[in-house]
Order: sequence, then structure tokens, then C-alpha cells
Amino acid sequence: MQDVENIVNGQKLFLKPEYQAVFENKKQFEGTTGAVDPKKVEEIAEWTKSWDYREKNLSREAITINPAKACQPLGAVMVGLGFEDTMPYVHGSHGCVAYFRSYFTRHFKEPTPCVSDSMSESAAVFGGLANMKDGLRNCNALYKPKMIAVSTTCMAEVIGDDLNAFVIGAREEAEGELDNIEIPYAHTPSFVGSHITGYDNMMKSILEQLNPPKAEAKDEERINIIPGFEPYIGSLREIKKISKLFGDKIIMIGDHEDQWDTGAGEYKLYAGGTTIADTKTAINAKATISLQKYSTVSTAKTIKNKWKQDYVTCNPIGLSGTDEFVMKLSELTGKEVPEELKVQRARLVDAMQDSYPYMHGKKIAIWGDPDFLLGMVSFLVEMGSIPTHVVCNNAPRKGWEDEMKAILAKSNSANECNLWPNKDLWALRSLLFTEPVDFMIGNVYGKELYRDTGIPLIRIGFPIFDRHHLHRYSISGYEGALNLLTWITNAILDQLDEETKGIAKTDYFFDAVR
Amino acid sequence: MGPETLESLQNEAIEEVLAAYPAKAAKNRAKHLGVDAPEGVKGACDKTRSNKQTVPGVMSQRGCAYAGSKGVVWGPIKDMIHISHGPIGCGQYSRGGRRNYYIGTTGVDTFVTMNFSTDFNEKDIVFGGDKKLKKALEEIDSLFPLNNGISIQSECPIGLIGDDIQAVAKVHKKETGHQTVAVSCEGFRGVSQSLGHHIANDMIRDYVMPDTAFRKDYESTPYDVSIIGDYNIGGDAWATRLILEEMGLRVISQWSGDASYKEMANGPKAKLNLLHCYRSMNYISRHMEQEFGIPWMEYNFFGPSKTTESIRKIASFFDESIQEKAEAVIAKYTAMTDAVIAKYRPKLEGKKVMLYVGGLRPRHVIGAYEDLGMEVIGTGYEFAHGDDYKRTKHDIERSTLIYDDVNEYELEAFVKKLRPDLVAAGVKEKYVFQKMGLPFRQMHSWDYSGPYHGYDAFAIFARDMDLAMNSPVWGHSKAPWDKEA
Repeated sequence: MQDVENIVNGQKLFLKPEYQAVFENKKQFEGTTGAVDPKKVEEIAEWTKSWDYREKNLSREAITINPAKACQPLGAVMVGLGFEDTMPYVHGSHGCVAYFRSYFTRHFKEPTPCVSDSMSESAAVFGGLANMKDGLRNCNALYKPKMIAVSTTCMAEVIGDDLNAFVIGAREEAEGELDNIEIPYAHTPSFVGSHITGYDNMMKSILEQLNPPKAEAKDEERINIIPGFEPYIGSLREIKKISKLFGDKIIMIGDHEDQWDTGAGEYKLYAGGTTIADTKTAINAKATISLQKYSTVSTAKTIKNKWKQDYVTCNPIGLSGTDEFVMKLSELTGKEVPEELKVQRARLVDAMQDSYPYMHGKKIAIWGDPDFLLGMVSFLVEMGSIPTHVVCNNAPRKGWEDEMKAILAKSNSANECNLWPNKDLWALRSLLFTEPVDFMIGNVYGKELYRDTGIPLIRIGFPIFDRHHLHRYSISGYEGALNLLTWITNAILDQLDEETKGIAKTDYFFDAVR
Repeated sequence: MGPETLESLQNEAIEEVLAAYPAKAAKNRAKHLGVDAPEGVKGACDKTRSNKQTVPGVMSQRGCAYAGSKGVVWGPIKDMIHISHGPIGCGQYSRGGRRNYYIGTTGVDTFVTMNFSTDFNEKDIVFGGDKKLKKALEEIDSLFPLNNGISIQSECPIGLIGDDIQAVAKVHKKETGHQTVAVSCEGFRGVSQSLGHHIANDMIRDYVMPDTAFRKDYESTPYDVSIIGDYNIGGDAWATRLILEEMGLRVISQWSGDASYKEMANGPKAKLNLLHCYRSMNYISRHMEQEFGIPWMEYNFFGPSKTTESIRKIASFFDESIQEKAEAVIAKYTAMTDAVIAKYRPKLEGKKVMLYVGGLRPRHVIGAYEDLGMEVIGTGYEFAHGDDYKRTKHDIERSTLIYDDVNEYELEAFVKKLRPDLVAAGVKEKYVFQKMGLPFRQMHSWDYSGPYHGYDAFAIFARDMDLAMNSPVWGHSKAPWDKEA
């Protein structure tokens, strides 16, 4: 029973003998094998760690188990929230929107505005036009947006709703109410690609639909930066800080930093974001830099081919990635690399040289989005770590594998590095049991791998639900690389302490100075 | 604040909210909002419109039929594998968010927190996904030989492209002898997760209930009961189970938190079904009553008053030996819960609460708050039906704002107008109100604490409400340099 002086929650409550008796008693009714035949469970559990199991597991063709990816509209919602007073609007069932909002909210610990037009059976039969006509008006009346960014769910895509016609129809019927509102739209079928594809489609749509077909006048000082599907608001902040050193006209397009980092005191639906005015002149820029090549594949085509603008990609994660970004800014603006960045870089390299022995030679399994992996793996290689298993569940069809192989080839243990495109985390589980690593780097779903394998998990990626505030830090720029260095090195030191804390057994190596 | 003032404020709040909408939407929403009071003759609980289509273009907190079936009813059955059939998103977003605790070896003989998906791509939409599904079922059996069955949870496209998943399931079952259930719970069906509960119950009725394999050697006792509609959030069902066992009852199955297939298949052997979440599981309870003659009763294990009331009601179905033990259980815990109240009531007395949740909690938790001297002044459901509101009437203690399918705009406006001291709702709402400096608790997931069912759990509930209400962090919003307004 609870002791009122020391009330405990389930974690400790269920360890009390009376609850342990409940668990034991329940087993007589269960058909779960562990309750009936614990030996069988042990036998199968051991088998799941074998090479035989691995072979079966890796040859799966139909079932995906514990994926590390999500679906298109999630990315589209992120894009919408990167613009001034913009309401993301998902044309489809509200169930999807409830999921998107919960998913982002759990990661950022921040509210995530997004509406849907609640399509159901009747819309499945007759199409969702009626929902959109009412939905846009209601959204406008309640939330007073400057822009409504419309994307679709798989349902709307399967029945073939035509957003172009629907938005025109809704505008016509709204008796002028929607006249001053931008309503860009993108088709984002959930059965194509992943959340980064949705990011790309929505970004491309907003840029195309808010800009004239041809540039009016080139602005030689203006440079656009597109961040990509970026779960670290600290990274956005850091990138803007670096850009600012090169000029005021380097403008982030799709800047969701403030929206997911509003302060206490008052709740405001919208915060920050790229202004509509800046978005509408994006076409006049001298160049656009994308920080995530594979999150902006079709956006790149629009900017390169239609806008005839320089389109470059930089991946400012780690030292060399940041160097490239800084030099690109310097090249595009014609300005010298500012002293501040030189100092920052030197400090970073100093820090890397201070703590490299701990990361050096460590075998690491890592997973995440394609661009995230390119940057992170590059950093690991820079530090002498061995990216033993690189898993990308949403690996792009073209180009990415070659790029990643080129990075891995730079590793001084290149023959120990393995690339696993289009594999999920259940496949990784087999890899970890058969070819173990020292540490894992990835999102929250890695904690199950941690439980099963005992390999320590360093949480970097998306989503992270079970640790607080990591997303407030940068993983980009020199500051970001320093954060990565700090997190990874200290996780390694924590593990070393853990392994050496055994009193009178292993604590001869339990050092006060590391 | 006197009751008249409160009621007039509540009515004003509704007026103000409705004024923000275009006429058509305002007319619709007006039917979902109202005020009720214990003494009200025909208040909002009697006439609130519910289980209707959500107004398009608003931030509804509702989920979908898939969420109701996979996330609530089927998903927590631990030794079955539940496939999210369709595109990748649904399975991922619903993964591990509900804290349906269970004991077992995950990935070997239990599977609740994993995500199995057929991960549809364009080709599957164009040519159909039945072949892929068949292959997926085979792969699952080869990699997870200890699974005790598979359920296929349909996402939106499945029904739209006309795949025959029932046929695929039937063939697999025939070939392997393994239970395989195809659930057509596509997200676009119905107006909320509620229809998903119903569809899921129907499939349990049609596939699990007729499976008599385990019942052959079953030895009954006169005291066999099942816990129905407890999803074991944070271990709720275990806390409930302890009390029932202390009363001398034998809990033969738990639906569906920490449930195994065998327990559910043996459900028809119960002498009484104890129904906690009426909304999600009344269907199967009614079926078992009709088909197997098992009576069912609703109970409420939130807060000592309701728990004690429910224990007595449950005991009244059985003989004196159980009734005596029930009284002994009540006596055993009363001293502890009295001490909890004595400790926390002084810190919580008179604090106003607004609730917005799903299932049964918008009414069931009222008693627990009132036990602590807190006053619930607004409540509503995401996906209730009329019978839920009628049941709510019995639980309200004062003039209460009733809001059905309230959206983010309305809830925010209501909170600003009525100024409660605590808001208790879900994660999507949480940070909105915390930013206003309002204490908040997640009443879907117990904010990663819990359990909240039963006597021991009430101690946790009380401690958590105190923690929320009396944290120093709410006082920091104003900076020292801010001038007094």
C-alpha cells in the first residue's frame, strides 16, 4: 500500500510484493509464451540474435518493422509553420492532423497549430470539395492567417481530389473573405517517399505559387537559405547567426525556429517565420542554398530550371560541412570569412583535439534522414570514429548512396563501415547482435535497441520524445559541432564510469580526471 | 464566485465563441455547447449534440477510426502482432504513445510497442496491396514464431482501393491455423475514433469470441470476473486487479491493456464483466450479455469516493463472503486515502478545473477532483455519444460548461473566460495552457506518471495534482523588471 509520506508512482509501486503477486497470479490465465513456457521464450530470444535470424530478417520484402521514417504531410506541416502567420491545412481526415500535432508536440514540447477539413465517408464518395469550401472559410474566420498552406493525406490522394480546382472553387464561393490570403497547396501522398518528400513538395509549392513566373530584378545581395526538415531549432538559430555575419539579405525560407520555441507568459498562435514579403521576392535572389539536398530535390528543380538561379547545397554538420557552408557564403557574398567564425572554428578544432581519444576507434551505429546522416557520419569520420552501421530507412533512389560511400571511404577504417539503405530498426537489431558496436546514435526508437542489446544510445535525431530540450541546441555550424562533440564524448565517458564503478572490482580505473 | 455568476460566465463564454464563426459553422457548433448543473432539469447533458461530423477547418483534437481500433482496442493485446496496413505514417505516429503497460519479452512473445507496417508505396495503391499483405503475414510468422495471432488494421487507402483483406486473412488462417483478423478501420470511417472502437469490438465478437479452443479445459469459479475497457495506462488495470483480487474475485481476463489472446478468448467464462471505459467496450459487453448471459456493470475507480461506491456495487453481485471482504478492502485503504486527502486537500481546496479528454474520463475523474476539494467547472468529450452525456449528468457537482468535440480555438477562449486553476486534457493542448502560466495535466497518459485507477493510484493522482498546482515554476513568468500592471 502507498505510504502517504512517500507516495511512489508505478515504477516503484509495482515492485511491492502485493503487485508482484498480481503479476504472478495473472500468468495462469495468459497464453503468452513467457507465462507458460519461459524456456521457449529464452530459446527464441537467443535465436533472434543469431546470423540465421539475421539472414531471414534482412531478406524481408513485405513487412516493415520499427521504421525510422514518417509520411509526407508531416513534412508539409513543418514547412507551413516556417512562414509568417501561416496555418498548415491538411485536406483529409482530422485523425492524421491529430497525429502530426501530437508527434511534433512530443518532440518540441511546444504547441503545433494545424487544421484539417475533417473528410469522412461522404467525402470519400463525393470528393472533399465541400469540406474545403467550408474549411478554408472557418480556418480564416477563427485563426486569421495571412497564409494557409494546404497539403493532402493519402485518402484525398487516392480519391484524386484536385487541389488547384478546389482552392479556386473555395475562393470563388467565399464572397471575398479569402481574397487577401495566400493559399498555396501541395499534393503530398503518404504512400510516396517520406516526411522529407512532403517537406520538398510543400516548399516547392509555396515558392512557386507565391512568386511570379519570372524574376523581376536580380538582387545581387539577396541569398535564400532553405533549412530542410530540421528538428533542431537551435540549428536554425545558429545558421541565421552565421549568415548574419555575411549580410542582412541572407534570408531563411521556411524558418520555423520561433514557432516551436515561444516563451512563457502569453500564448500566441503564430510566432516568427519567413515573412510573406521575403518569400515573394525569393525569386530575385542571387542564389539559394539548401542545407538538405535530399529534402529539397524538386524545390531545387524549380529554382535552378525555372528561376534560373544558382542552387547550391551545403550540409553544415561537423567541421568540414560547416567549412564548406562558410566558404560558400564567402564566395557568394564576396566577403572575407569574418574573424568571429575563424575564432569559432579554431576553438572547435582545439576541442576536437582535446577529446579525440575517446571518440577515436569507437564503433557506432547511426540512423536517420539522408542529409542528417551525411553530416553526422562525416563528423564521426572526422573524429576517427567508425560508423559501423549506417541505416537510412528513407534513402533516396539517386545519388545518396554514392555520396555516403565517398564519406565512408575517408574513414581510416573504411572496410569496417557498412551502409544499409532502406532498412528499418528491426533489421538494425540483427546487425547489432551479429556485429556489435560500442554506441548508437539515433532517435527515441533506439531506446528499444538499447534495452535489447545493452548498447548505449546517444540521442541525436528525430523524433526524441523521452529527453527534454535537446532540440534547443544546434547540431549545425561550428557551435553545433561542439555540441555534438560534447554530447558524444561525455556519453562515452559516462559509459566508461559505469563500467568502472564496481567497488573493489573495477574501480581501480574509476578516475577523477579523464 | 457564486453559482449564478459562474453560470452566466459560462453562457457568455459560449456566446463569445460562437460569434467568431461564419454563420453556418456557428449554427452547427451551438448545438454542441451548453451549461448543465446537478439541479438542471433539461441541461446540456440531455441535449448536447454529439458523435457528429467535425466542422471543417478547425483544430479538432479528434482522432480517427484507425486510432480507435489500433491505438485503443486491438493494439494493447500483447501477444498478437498488429499490422498497420497501408502507408507508413499511421503506425509510426501511434507508436508507443499510450503507455499501455504490459509484461513480456518484446519482439519475442509480446509486441505492443513495436510498429509493423506494410509501408505502402505507389505501386501498392495502383495494383493493390493484397499480395504484399499475404507476404507480410508469412514473414511475420517466420520471424516471430511465438505470436499468438495477427490483426490487420486498415489505414485509409485500403477501403478506397478495394483490397480484399478479409480474404487474405482467411487464407492465412487456413494455411497456418493461426488467428488472423482483418479489421476495416480506415481512418475516414465515421466522425472520430469512436467508430473504430465499435468496428474493433465487432471483430472481437466475430473472431475471438467464437474461438473455444482454450475454454474446453477451463475450470470456472463463482467469482470469475473480467476487467473490460481498461487499457492499463501507466499500469491502471494492475492497480484495479489488486483490489478485485483482495475482494476475493478472480480476474480471468483484462481487456485489452496487458491482455493476451487466450484471456480474451476465455472472456465468455466470466460471471460478471466489469466495464470501465463504457465508450470503447460497451459493444462487446452487450454482446457477451446477449450471447453468453454475462451481466455487465460500469464502475469507476478514480478517487476514493467513486472507488468505494463501485466496490460495493461490484460486491453486491456476489455472496456475503465477497461483500465482507469488500468492506475489509474499503476499510484497509480508507485510512491511507484519508491521510492523502488530509495532506493534499488543504493545498487544493476550491481550485477550479476544466477537463477535456476522451472515453470515460470527462465524467469519471470528476469525483477524484472533488474528493480533493477541487471543483470541475467545465468538461467535454472528444468522441462521446448521447449516452455518455446522459451519464455525465450524475457526476457533475455544480454549474458546468459542457463542450462536445471542442476545438483548440474554443477551449482556449473558454479557459481565458472562466480562468480555471488547472486544465486537464491532452498533449496537443498541454503547452498552450502552460504558456499562459496555467498548471496542466495530461489526462490521456497521466503525464507519464500513474497509475490513476484504484486507491493506491489516488495517492499518485493527489500528489500529481499538487505538483501541478503548487509548483513554483508558474510564478516565474513575470520578470523582476516588469512593472505591475
